[in-house]
Amino acid sequence: MSSLAAAVRTGHVGTSTLARSLGLVFGVALLLLLLSNWLGSYHELQLADGAYYFAALAGLSVLIGLSGQISLGHGAFMAVGAYAVMVLVGHGWALLPAICAAAAVCVVIGVPVGAAASRLRGPYLAGATLAFAVGLPALADRFPATLGGENGLTINPPAVPAWLGANFSLEEWQAWIACAGALVVLFVLYNLVHSGIGRSLRAGRDDEIAASLCGLNVARQQTAAFTISAGCAGLGGGLYAAVLNLATPSAFSVTLSLSLLTGVVVGGLGSLAGAAWGAALLVLLPTWTTSLAGSLSLNTNVQGNLPFAIYGVVLIAVMLAWPTGIHGGLRAAARFVSTRRRRR
Amino acid sequence: MLRLDGLTTDYGAVRALVGVSISVEPGSVTAVLGANGAGKTTLLRTISGLVRPAAGTVSFEGLDITRARVEDIVRRGLAHVPEGRGVIGELTVEENLRLGGLHNRATAAKPAEIYAMFPRLEDRRTQPATRLSGGERQMLSIGRALVARPKALLLDEPSLGLAPRIVAQIMSLIRHFADSLGLAVLLVEQNAASALSIAHRGVVLNLGRVVADQSPERLLGDEQLRHHYLGF
Amino acid sequence: MTNFIDLTLSGVTSGAVYAAVALALVLIWRATRIINFAQGAMLMLTTYIASAVITSTGSYVIGFGAALASGLLLGALVERVLIRPVENAPELTAVIVALGLYTVLISLAGMVWGATPRAFPPAFSIRGYDIGGTHVLFAPNDTFIVLVVVAIAGILALLFRFTSLGLQLRAAAFNSEVAQLLGVRVGRMFTVGWALAALTGAVAGVLVAPSVFLAPNNFDPIMISGFVAAVLGGLDSPPGAVVGAMLLGLALSYVGGYAGTALVPIAALVVLVVVLMVRPTGLFPTTSERRV
Repeated sequence: MSSLAAAVRTGHVGTSTLARSLGLVFGVALLLLLLSNWLGSYHELQLADGAYYFAALAGLSVLIGLSGQISLGHGAFMAVGAYAVMVLVGHGWALLPAICAAAAVCVVIGVPVGAAASRLRGPYLAGATLAFAVGLPALADRFPATLGGENGLTINPPAVPAWLGANFSLEEWQAWIACAGALVVLFVLYNLVHSGIGRSLRAGRDDEIAASLCGLNVARQQTAAFTISAGCAGLGGGLYAAVLNLATPSAFSVTLSLSLLTGVVVGGLGSLAGAAWGAALLVLLPTWTTSLAGSLSLNTNVQGNLPFAIYGVVLIAVMLAWPTGIHGGLRAAARFVSTRRRRR
Repeated sequence: MLRLDGLTTDYGAVRALVGVSISVEPGSVTAVLGANGAGKTTLLRTISGLVRPAAGTVSFEGLDITRARVEDIVRRGLAHVPEGRGVIGELTVEENLRLGGLHNRATAAKPAEIYAMFPRLEDRRTQPATRLSGGERQMLSIGRALVARPKALLLDEPSLGLAPRIVAQIMSLIRHFADSLGLAVLLVEQNAASALSIAHRGVVLNLGRVVADQSPERLLGDEQLRHHYLGF
Repeated sequence: MTNFIDLTLSGVTSGAVYAAVALALVLIWRATRIINFAQGAMLMLTTYIASAVITSTGSYVIGFGAALASGLLLGALVERVLIRPVENAPELTAVIVALGLYTVLISLAGMVWGATPRAFPPAFSIRGYDIGGTHVLFAPNDTFIVLVVVAIAGILALLFRFTSLGLQLRAAAFNSEVAQLLGVRVGRMFTVGWALAALTGAVAGVLVAPSVFLAPNNFDPIMISGFVAAVLGGLDSPPGAVVGAMLLGLALSYVGGYAGTALVPIAALVVLVVVLMVRPTGLFPTTSERRV
């Protein structure tokens, strides 16, 4: 976050970007407000789910798309965020400070992890973060007293503030909390992506050696990108805790990290709008498969695994269709168009 | 034996070859010359199938090999010694040679025959190819190309990085193989003088196009051409 | 209460299993420069198939054979259909395809066989030997595991070093373009490489299944350990994979015995990070510097 402040000070973030991001955030906030007013309880929770997924996905998308670093461990960061909120609220903290603290914890953890990650190339980084994702949930068993073991931890649902009136539903309040967090992420990342920092990240991703020859400290920037995305995932985890009020190790398994990966790949790596699409996918697909399973009378084994089977197929299909990644596909298309124009 | 007709190849966004037509007869050496980036390497890579042309045809012994697979083209008797020698460093000298003949075990030359041509290689037969000097590697790469008893040989800058004395040796060897084995040789070189000294024909490429296709004497005699495209 | 000797012996056994997985990963890395993140899921599938065959025929040997055969087939199929299109694409593409495959296979197994862990029969007795009056926690089945892995590693080594097929496989792996120019059917070699790797992985699955039980996600830890072992040994080095696996097997056994089994996955992660930070090319490096 300090690099963002410094960027603003040195003018790397243009004031127009800042203004645009604020406009965007207010616009989206208004939209969400109207939406949540209109939705019933079940869909409020879906909106809330989408919001915390967005927080994690946006960070991951920026990480992979902009800085070229893949992480399979963001599910673990969400776990850290969720458990942090659980433990703090369990010790008497209020929800808002707890969520902020959760994000901060993940930022702090993200620094050494990000520093290590910046030194690793693609598949090695994938392997290391995968090991992180597999190993971290096991810790809950190691410290069952504080972390609740297999059964996890629970907290009481957040109390709806009095000034919203007696008829304001809990689900809508939870949706508001989650959306507020998502909007914070949107604001921060929009400014990051559209600033000089974003450009430097892209330069470092595309050609590390050329970028460092231009004076960019690629490793430091990649660490910063990793740290910020970890913070976003942690925030997402904290929001998860606020909405679901329950955190278990099995909810944050490798499957979650892979679901997040699917979300960003489908939505478009490096794109914040894409992260929103990815969030919609992660929320709506399981619902759709459940109803599909119901109408086809598929047994519970099939039904439970169907969303993930689809994620896997989607990952494969998208990568086979666009081997250079969606981003690369867009670049290739742009080049194709421009060479066409040149030949005329 | 080897005919290129209107060959046009793209290299990324750049058009590397434009309408190249060349014909190479058995038992002759055709030198392909030109500055860096003229398209010489792309030419060889298109012929051997590593790169697909955008237009034009390549035919070998009357057969259209334009869209054939590399392995199939090689099995038909066309050998390509690529830029940078094309030896597999992690394998020994003998393994590199054996590899050249695996697809045609019945008729392939035994390593012993290659050692007869290149005695230096026999001394190093069990050493990994990375330990060889530049000249030895060039001998190995030509040797392993000959193991399959090819009918055509494509050579990409064999003189690169070699001392003049070794270059002269290699060049005379190439001419010797063309004459004695009846090979159709297409020799890409930046060292125009040494290439023209053994060639029967010289083709000059510039920005992907053929700008001259003559006997070595005529090429060497044309001062303007020499200056412009060959740099001497 | 945990006996150092027992931990050492069990470390050798798990090291043997990791070695098989690591060899599979190294084979694929050397051939196609891809880390097969779906290896664990692939060997999970072949083990389920073996289990089904054992149940229906009552014969362990036929089941073992079924695992080998399905491994060969699965490896070849995956390479031909999924990996071939992305062999020349940026690294991340192949990583994501492999992860997608992992997800599909795990879900598929869950759909067909459910998540409840099943028992898998060991080949031999799992009751530890009694040596000179002391009972050790090393059983005939563990001897079997180690011998099988040694045999597989030996057969692969002989294949690569002394056969024409092995020469072609190595050539295609070291420099596929030059190999093509020498008439080697490089695509076919990649398929064979993946098939052999999947075969090796299938062996690991069948060997380890009795102790971890058969469930879709139960093979993830050995996949991670196999990966760490391969990195530790040097991704380009099959002997390195075996050595790395043995060292890792012993290390993780001690960690599990003295610090608790929940810390084993974290310990593997720590080893991985240390190796990647300190000596990324592993114990037996063979690759060259990146040319600028």
